[in-house]
Amino acid sequence: MNKTNRLITIIVTVILVAIVAAYLWDARSTVAVLSSTLRQSTPLVLGALCGLLCERSGVINIGIEGQMLFGAFIGFLANVYTGNLIMAIVAALLAGALSGLLLAYMSVSLKMDQIIAGTVLNILALGVTGYFYQQGLTTQGKLPTVPLGPLADLPLVGPVLFSNPPITYATLLLVMVVHYVLFYTRWGLRTRAVGEKPRAADTLGINVYKVRYWNVIIGGMLAGLAGGFLTLEAVGTFERNMTNGRGFIALAVLIFGKWTPFGAWGGALLFGFAIAAQTQLQLSGAVDIPHQFIGMLPYVLTILVLAGFIGRSRPPAASGIPYEK
Amino acid sequence: MNKTPILELRGITKQFPGVLANDNIDLTLYQGEIHALLGENGAGKSTLMNILYGLYEPTRGEILVDGKRLALGSPSDAIAAGIGMVHQHFMLVPPFTVTENVILGNEETGAAGRLNTRTAAKQITEISQRYNLEVDPYAIVGDLPVGVQQRVEIIKLLYRNADILIFDEPTAVLTPQEADELVAIMRELVAQGKSIIFITHKLREVLEVADRITVIRRGRMIGSTTPAEADQNKLAEMMVGRAVHLELDKGKATPGETVLAVENLTVNNELAQTAVDDVSFVLREGEVLGLAGVQGNGQTELVEAITGLRRVVRGTITVAGQKATNQSPRKITEMGTAHIPEDRQKHGLVLSYGIDDNLILNTYYQAPFSRAGQRQAQAIQQNAEVLVEKFDVRTPNATAAASTLSGGNQQKVIIARELNRPIKLLIANQPTRGVDVGSIEFIHSQILAQRQAGTAVLLASTELDEILQLSDRIAVMYSGKIMAIVDANKTSKEALGLLMAGVSE
Repeated sequence: MNKTNRLITIIVTVILVAIVAAYLWDARSTVAVLSSTLRQSTPLVLGALCGLLCERSGVINIGIEGQMLFGAFIGFLANVYTGNLIMAIVAALLAGALSGLLLAYMSVSLKMDQIIAGTVLNILALGVTGYFYQQGLTTQGKLPTVPLGPLADLPLVGPVLFSNPPITYATLLLVMVVHYVLFYTRWGLRTRAVGEKPRAADTLGINVYKVRYWNVIIGGMLAGLAGGFLTLEAVGTFERNMTNGRGFIALAVLIFGKWTPFGAWGGALLFGFAIAAQTQLQLSGAVDIPHQFIGMLPYVLTILVLAGFIGRSRPPAASGIPYEK
Repeated sequence: MNKTPILELRGITKQFPGVLANDNIDLTLYQGEIHALLGENGAGKSTLMNILYGLYEPTRGEILVDGKRLALGSPSDAIAAGIGMVHQHFMLVPPFTVTENVILGNEETGAAGRLNTRTAAKQITEISQRYNLEVDPYAIVGDLPVGVQQRVEIIKLLYRNADILIFDEPTAVLTPQEADELVAIMRELVAQGKSIIFITHKLREVLEVADRITVIRRGRMIGSTTPAEADQNKLAEMMVGRAVHLELDKGKATPGETVLAVENLTVNNELAQTAVDDVSFVLREGEVLGLAGVQGNGQTELVEAITGLRRVVRGTITVAGQKATNQSPRKITEMGTAHIPEDRQKHGLVLSYGIDDNLILNTYYQAPFSRAGQRQAQAIQQNAEVLVEKFDVRTPNATAAASTLSGGNQQKVIIARELNRPIKLLIANQPTRGVDVGSIEFIHSQILAQRQAGTAVLLASTELDEILQLSDRIAVMYSGKIMAIVDANKTSKEALGLLMAGVSE
C-alpha cells in the first residue's frame, strides 16, 4: 500500500471512530448533523462532478454556479406548471444540458477565453432567472424521502444513508459511476487524453471537439441536477440567487479533491459538514459566539482549504486551452 | 528488393494562406525500403507527411495505398490504410501508462465497457519482443527517457498494424547512442516487411540508412537518388540549391591576449550536486576553444556560470580583466560577452514577440532603442530591417512573431542580436542543433568571422564533427571535470571519444 492510500485509510478510520463516539454520546444530534451533511454536500458533489468532466476534457468551467441556477429555476417552473416532479427533474437536466451546450459553443467552437465564457454563463443565469421569476408561484410539493426497506431501520446508518430523497441517492451512485467511467472505460481514457494532450488524441483519430462537447454537456446536466436538488428536493421553492455561491464552492471542492470523483466527494462532505455543524451550533445555542461568526464557517473553510491544505495538485494539462487543429 | 509500390503520392499540392507549401509533389514508396525525404527546415517535408497522415487536406493531388485511393483529410482513414507516423514532437500523453498511450483511439473493451488493459499489455510485450523494442507496458510515459518514449511511439504504430511508417525528424531529440539504436530498430522493421519514410535534414544519416533519397526544396520535388550515387556535397547542393561548403578552410589562429579566464570553478546543478568540478582554463583573442563531451557532463552548467545564469560555488571567472564571478547577466553582457544559448526557444527568444523586439532583448534599455524610458519604435524597426537583410532571416516581415520562424531562422535572429555589437567573447552552446544545412554553413562562417576579427570563442557542442571543424583547441568534459585540453590539429575523433568516455591516457 502506498503512502497516500495509508493516509486516506487513517483519516477515514479516525472519522468513523469519531462518528461512532459522537453517536454514543448524543445520538439525536449526531444523526441530525450527519444527514444534514449528506444533503448539504449533494449539490456540491454534483457541481464538482460537472467541473470534473469539463476540466478532465480540457474545458475550465467557472459557470457551474450559473448552470445550477438555470437548473433550479427551470426545474421549479416545470414543477409549478406541470405538477409532475419527474418532468421537473427532466426539465432541470435539460436546462443544465443547454447551458453546457452554450458553454461548449463559446469555449470549444468560438475558442473564447474560458474564464470569460463561464462568467457570461453566471451573469446570464442570474439576470434571466431574476427577471422571469415572479413571487407567489406555488409548487406542487417536493421529492419525498424514500426509506430503503429494512436498511433504513439500522441504527445510525439507517437514518443517515438509507432514508433519503432520490437525488441524494442518485448523487452517491453518480460518484461511483463517474469514477468508473473516467478511469476504466474508453470514454474516460479518451476524455482524459483530450484534457491532457489533445493533439495526441487527434493524431489517433479522436475528435477532440466532440469529446469536449459531450463532456461539457453531460457536466451541465449534473449541474442542472444540482439546481434541481435545491428547488425540487431541499427547499421546494425558488428564490433569487438561491445557489448562493455553491457553484464556486463546488469548484473549490473539485480542486481539493485533485480532479478525482472520490476526492471531490470527500471535499464536498467536509464542506457539507461545515454547513451542517454551523446550523446545529446556531440551533442548539451551545456556544456563545455571535451567529455571524458561526455562519462564516463554510466560507472560511473554503479559503483555508484552497490556500493551505491542497498542497501541490495539478490540473489536467490542457485545461483551459482551446484546441486549434 | 521487392518492386511493388505500396504507396504513391501523385501531384500533391498544398496552398496555405500566402505560402505554397507543397507544389505538385510525386513520391513512390516500395515495400520493404527506407525512403529518405530530405529537405531544409521549411521545405515542406512535414506538410507533405501531415497530408499523407490525414492531418491536413491537400489542395490538389491524390494518394494511393496498395493501388487503392486513400480518402484524404482524416487520420482515422490513414490509420485504417496502414499508415502510421512517429511525430517529431511525440504524441504521447505524459501521465498515461505505456499501455494506455498505445491503446488510445483503438481500445478494446469487455463487460460494462471496461478497458482490456491486461490483454493489451500482453500484446505490447509481444510486439516489443518481436521487434526488439524493450519497454515496460505499465510504466508512466512521462517518467521515461526520450529514447524509450520514441519506442512507445513506434509500438503505437505496430499495435495498429501499420505497414507504412513515417518517421518525422526522429533523431533530432536523441543522443548519438539513442540515434544508433533507432537506426538498428528501423533496419529490423524493414527486415520484417515494413516500409519506412524517413524525414530528415541530416545528410550523414541519410547516406547511412536510406535505400532511396528524395529531395524537396521550397515545396518542390528536386529529384531522387540513392546513397550509392550521391555524397554529402551533392545532397547538400540539391537541398539548398547551390554549392555548399561543408569543409571550412579556417586559416591559422593568431591568439592574442587572454579574454576569458576560469579558475578552479565549481558549480552545482538544480539538485545541488556538483556539476562543474574545479575547472580551470583560459581563452584568448582570436581563437576557438571547443567544449566537447556527452550531453550532461557539466557543459550546460559551465556555460550558465560564465554567462551569469547560474551561481558559482567556488572559483573565479574573469572576462576581459573584469571580475565576472556571480555578476548579473546584464553586467556580463556589457563586458562584451555574447551568448548563443543551448535552447533557443526557452532561453534565446521570446517566442510571442516580433523579430524586431527579439533583436533588442539585451540592448532595449540603451539609446537609440530607448530614450527617456520610451521605446523608440522607428529605431527598433530600422534595426530589425537591417539585421534581417544582413543575416538572411527568411521571414515575410520584420515584425513577425519569432514563433512563426523555422528553427534555422530563429537561430539566425539570435546570432544577429548577439554578433551585431562590439564583442570580445562569444559563447556558443549547441549553435547548430536542429538547424538545416544552409543555416549551419552560415552559422559556422559567422563564428569563424568572429574569430578572424579577434573575438574569443567558446563553442560547446555534442557534435564532434562540428567541434573538430571549428576549434583551435578542444577541452573535453567528463562528469564535471575537464579531462584534457588538446590541440585540434593533433587529435582524432577516436582520441576525443575516449576522453569523452572518461578514459585518459
